[in-house]
Amino acid sequence: MIRVILPAHLRLLAKMEEELHVDVVGVVTQRKVIDAIEERYPVLRGTIRDQVTQKRRPFVRFFACEQDLSHEDPDTPLPDAVASAAEPYMIVGAVAGG
Amino acid sequence: MSSVRLLVGTKKGAFVLTSDGQRKKWDISGPHFAGWEIYHVKGSPTDPNRLYASQTSGWFGQMIQRSDDGGATWQPVGNKFTYDGITGTHQWYDGTAHPWEFKRVWHIEPSLTDPDTVYAGVEDAALFRSTDAGNTWHELSGLRGHGSGSQWQPGAGGMGLHTIVLDPANPQRIFIAISAAGAFRSDDAGETWKPINRGLKSAYIPSPEAEVGHCVHRIAMHPSRPNTLFMQKHWDVMRSDDAGENWREVSGNLPTDFGFPIDVHAHEPETIYVVPIKSDGEHYPPDGKLRVYRSRTGGDEWEPLTNGLPQSDCYVNVLREAMDVDSLDSCGVYFGTTGGQVYASADSGDSWNTVVRDLPAVLSVEVQTLA
Repeated sequence: MIRVILPAHLRLLAKMEEELHVDVVGVVTQRKVIDAIEERYPVLRGTIRDQVTQKRRPFVRFFACEQDLSHEDPDTPLPDAVASAAEPYMIVGAVAGG
Repeated sequence: MSSVRLLVGTKKGAFVLTSDGQRKKWDISGPHFAGWEIYHVKGSPTDPNRLYASQTSGWFGQMIQRSDDGGATWQPVGNKFTYDGITGTHQWYDGTAHPWEFKRVWHIEPSLTDPDTVYAGVEDAALFRSTDAGNTWHELSGLRGHGSGSQWQPGAGGMGLHTIVLDPANPQRIFIAISAAGAFRSDDAGETWKPINRGLKSAYIPSPEAEVGHCVHRIAMHPSRPNTLFMQKHWDVMRSDDAGENWREVSGNLPTDFGFPIDVHAHEPETIYVVPIKSDGEHYPPDGKLRVYRSRTGGDEWEPLTNGLPQSDCYVNVLREAMDVDSLDSCGVYFGTTGGQVYASADSGDSWNTVVRDLPAVLSVEVQTLA
């Protein structure tokens, strides 16, 4: 099980209250986690990454274990603490706009 | 008894305001989609309970929401807007070629005859259509593929397709407008397009005869006279009586002819409304007085409407989508401001009441007149 924390706007959109839990088979990567999120909540397609290019939206950031993973290759394994559910994988709306 | 429903899009959510035919007391529901920008909400003319909303965010992209119960509940529908074929380029602010990039839906226009058919005007400028109630969207690429497309440039607010006017007498005819490319018309249901900007004069364009490059802000039509169009341009209020083939200025005695919205009285095709704004650099009413101007002569001669509107220290703006009229016997006129006020007149603009005072900045106001 992977623990995922989404920003408030996306929780509202997906009608979820708290932390999201998804299951990923095999090596845990950002791509697999987001695939699992979108499969569970199709309404989130296009809100985290572009629907066509699959690239992260510019003002969305990915964090885990106090690391900024936004620029990591989406197929790079996530930290063990995320894979073991000790730490959440956080999708964050970038601070922008003053 | 008749009633009225206002669909208000704001910077931080949508609001649905309802009143009976007296239009004195209003019930307000919302915010729907709290925290999201709601560019536009509009109902189907053939099924008033079918509403579509453009929900957008600079962070999280574009959503389309649909309601089948007049805004009580909503469900997200398709949000995949993919340009058709080779994307191509338009001009960027510095004059270089820039690839088309989808950013958001500015305007939603439900079909006049089918509640499942709906058009979407988007930024970067293109026209999309759905025939399955918003679940899937397909570009009418003849517009973007018009020979002038590579010359289009964004206005300061982006290169948005913000106006879609469907001809009730001719289902093949569609008018659209783009900032800052101009107005276009299709006579074959959106397959092919022609610019209709003859007579527009824009001081910032070197050639007075330029086919495109005009910053059209809004076009309005009375359904009984589909060949007569009224336009609020960046500067100038314009009129065409031949479906956009030729335009002439009707700014007349307006204190300033800069502005964003323009609309037509529901029962008087020659009665039109604008909200003059001081200038392109000062987006607020002249002299701090919020005045709607009405012409009963199709332009040229204008009168200020002030009764009930703030006449001192008012520095709000009224955006292009933020004015509409109802079709009750005594025509109602409505508009929203960037200060979050929504004003209503139940007597064609003679007097105004504040419907609500402290919403987020209002982006759009649409009215539904319900039986």
